[in-house]
Amino acid sequence: MTRSFVATGGPKKAAKTVAAKGKSARMYPADDVAVPMKSRKGTRAPTKVRASITPGTVVILLSGRFRGKRAVCLKILDSGLLLVSGPYKVNGIPLKRVNQAYVIATSTKVDVSGVKVPATVNDAYFAQATSNSVKSEDKFFDNERKAAIVSDQRKADQKAVDDGLMKVVTKEPMLKQYLNAKFSLTKNDRPHNMKF
Amino acid sequence: MTKAQTTQPTRLYVKGVHLGYKRGLRNQYNHTSLIKISGVDSKENVDFYLGKKIAYITKAQKAGKDGSKFRVVWGKVCRAHGGNGVVRAKFARALPPQSIGAPVRVMLYPSRV
Repeated sequence: MTRSFVATGGPKKAAKTVAAKGKSARMYPADDVAVPMKSRKGTRAPTKVRASITPGTVVILLSGRFRGKRAVCLKILDSGLLLVSGPYKVNGIPLKRVNQAYVIATSTKVDVSGVKVPATVNDAYFAQATSNSVKSEDKFFDNERKAAIVSDQRKADQKAVDDGLMKVVTKEPMLKQYLNAKFSLTKNDRPHNMKF
Repeated sequence: MTKAQTTQPTRLYVKGVHLGYKRGLRNQYNHTSLIKISGVDSKENVDFYLGKKIAYITKAQKAGKDGSKFRVVWGKVCRAHGGNGVVRAKFARALPPQSIGAPVRVMLYPSRV
């Protein structure tokens, strides 16, 4: 709680004038000035992404459905997640977000300066749409799994990104094959000695 | 898991063995387990594995809540245990005694490379 010194015109005004003049007033205020409590929200520092990961780095995905596959990091999103693409044409990895903890950064870099990621592809773009239209009871009995429908928007965005990316990928010899190859440990592999 | 594997399987973990628990001459502390990670023979090599998740996986008779018959106890590498490459690990639940000598998976995540 800050205590301000009052001259005239109420505590709030006095506090303001004191702050403006930069010197203390001669009288104490009769009442304490209510200062709104500082919110602790929104002060979180943005996630630091380790130096080995930059846009263009080829990364190995370590968990999830695409584990072992290699993808190209396109961008670091505001949430600190990485935006990657296989490209989809090469190894089936669509535009998706991954956490840097579940990724090994390789020393292979791809020049992605020519790849235009649509501005709409951000964290909100990947947020799952919650549908309230289906009642919970219906959902309960609706056990049949439906094939996921990929929206035309997604397809268009994927194409836009991959077109740019494929130009770079096909230019470099063996890069396409490299991105298509899975990473796996075998018998005498020692990841602590590996240079990725 | 139901689909037959048609491609080369990918192993993305390092094999480890549960050696036993942290202990003194007379006392044993079950809350910390000692894990031998294959190929790790010195304290210097341990650095790569610090913080890595460890999975102790067993197969049970009945499927659990997730519909899988495999049970997992997750843990992580805490620090080196001496200078010979053995590590100390903490698990969500202390590993059961029958797991002594059993294989564990030392995952490659969270990754720092």
